[in-house]
Amino acid sequence: MQTSDYRPLDVKAIREDFPIFTDTSFAYLDSAASTQTPHPVVEAMDAYYDTYRSNIHRGIYRISEEATDQYEKARQKVAQLINAPRTSQVVFTRNTTESINLVAYSWGSINIHEGDEIVLSELEHHSNLVPWQMLAQRTGATLRFLEITDKGLLDFTQLHDILTEKTKLVAITHVSNVIGTINPIQSIIEAAHAAGAKVMVDAAQSIPHFHVDVQQLDCDFLAFSGHKMCGPTGVGVLYGKLELLEEMPPFLGGGSMIRSVERDISTYADVPAKFEAGTPSIAEAIGLGSAVDYITQAGLASIHVHEQELLKYAHSQLQDFEGITIYGPEPHQKAGVISFNLQGIHPHDVAGILDTHDVAIRAGHHCAQPLMKKLDVIATARASFYLYNTKDDIDRLCDGLRKAQTIMIRRDK
Amino acid sequence: MNIYQEELLDHYENPSNYGTLPDPDISHEEDNPLCGDTIRMDLLVEDETIKEVRFCGHGCTISLAAASMLTEKIQGKTLEEVKQLTRDDIMDMIGIPLGPVRVKCALLALKVLKAGAYGIKGWPGEEDE
Repeated sequence: MQTSDYRPLDVKAIREDFPIFTDTSFAYLDSAASTQTPHPVVEAMDAYYDTYRSNIHRGIYRISEEATDQYEKARQKVAQLINAPRTSQVVFTRNTTESINLVAYSWGSINIHEGDEIVLSELEHHSNLVPWQMLAQRTGATLRFLEITDKGLLDFTQLHDILTEKTKLVAITHVSNVIGTINPIQSIIEAAHAAGAKVMVDAAQSIPHFHVDVQQLDCDFLAFSGHKMCGPTGVGVLYGKLELLEEMPPFLGGGSMIRSVERDISTYADVPAKFEAGTPSIAEAIGLGSAVDYITQAGLASIHVHEQELLKYAHSQLQDFEGITIYGPEPHQKAGVISFNLQGIHPHDVAGILDTHDVAIRAGHHCAQPLMKKLDVIATARASFYLYNTKDDIDRLCDGLRKAQTIMIRRDK
Repeated sequence: MNIYQEELLDHYENPSNYGTLPDPDISHEEDNPLCGDTIRMDLLVEDETIKEVRFCGHGCTISLAAASMLTEKIQGKTLEEVKQLTRDDIMDMIGIPLGPVRVKCALLALKVLKAGAYGIKGWPGEEDE
């Protein structure tokens, strides 16, 4: 994580870019699920719909050329954000889940066979677990899991035992969406490559929050979503090494992904078009390009430092609550996510009472049921932060939690 | 209206008919995949009438209070009367408006009851969807 471009965030000015925060009493603490949208991103999409709405790549008229140009500019912005060697290594998908499924179907279909092993971790979101379960069921491959320690960190002592000549892929999250753990994926990628395996990184929770450089990491695939980084829903990204993307068969067939089509056979377009069948989410891709501008201008190093401050403040305020359990590692080892439970209060009730105080948090299994089992809980309450959150938001969270304890626990006394 | 009103909290903290039956005629347990809440219902049935009912499980205020209220409501009713209970009956019983996620919490007990007693799957109010 570079800190060279660090300058303190002007959070007041940032909040003015988000119309939803006109209501100053609203504390939105669920950005790990989906972030809010700044006005410039909405404006970029509006401009497409209002002034050059058309399909891309084939129109021989001005506004279609403009739409194609803006769509491809968005791809360049994403490529720069992650430092992809070539812009063509950025494939637009619908979201992280679709990106991972694309790799599981396409790369998996030619590279995973019976007896092969795919290594995951206990921290995985269902999106980086279920596609590999399905692939394993199709091929007869086996899934193996890196476990976590009591502190919520990956148990590195297992890494070298679990990686063998059978390992064909390590699919691992960069940051846990539940407990915020930042995994040392650089070391994992090095170890995986030494064992001859490829690495797929689920970066849905890292790309929005700090610098990620795919060349420095040397990851083989990396996936993330627009809607968790100030962009719209409906657009996601798959980055892949060029030689891998080139050898992979198409995922979905249809328009745009072909070079030529005959009655019984087709030849396919080059990457990335090979993986973008049909009319894509044009407005959303343009919106994502604008979101990349937005978070880059704020500064990813600044965002990370801001979230660290919020996280430390939240830990210091929450740890004094009677009967609280905070899951996962210490603030410096994790991203802006804090998962917790209050003794005697179901997390749904915590979230329900907070909602009556205009505080939005998430409660449930967070699409990570195996991790819930590992933590030995049914569900947790989770607050997560982004560049627009303030210490006031955390104070409101704490006020709401005190209220929840008053309502739910008073009569036990 | 606040969903954390007295009546619900009373049912949550001091639920009616909480526990299990030693030799139930009908016993069924299900969970709500949205949140992991689990409810089990045990019934003793005589002459097509519910003689005894117990429930147990873990969940939020809404799911446990709704289960507690439902057991009070069905005690002594015939199986046919219970079969006619709908989503609206549960919402009337709860007496406060709920968002779509919390509606599932409220309906879990009825879903378990109908699945156990009649083999009716699916959420009350969504059987035809």
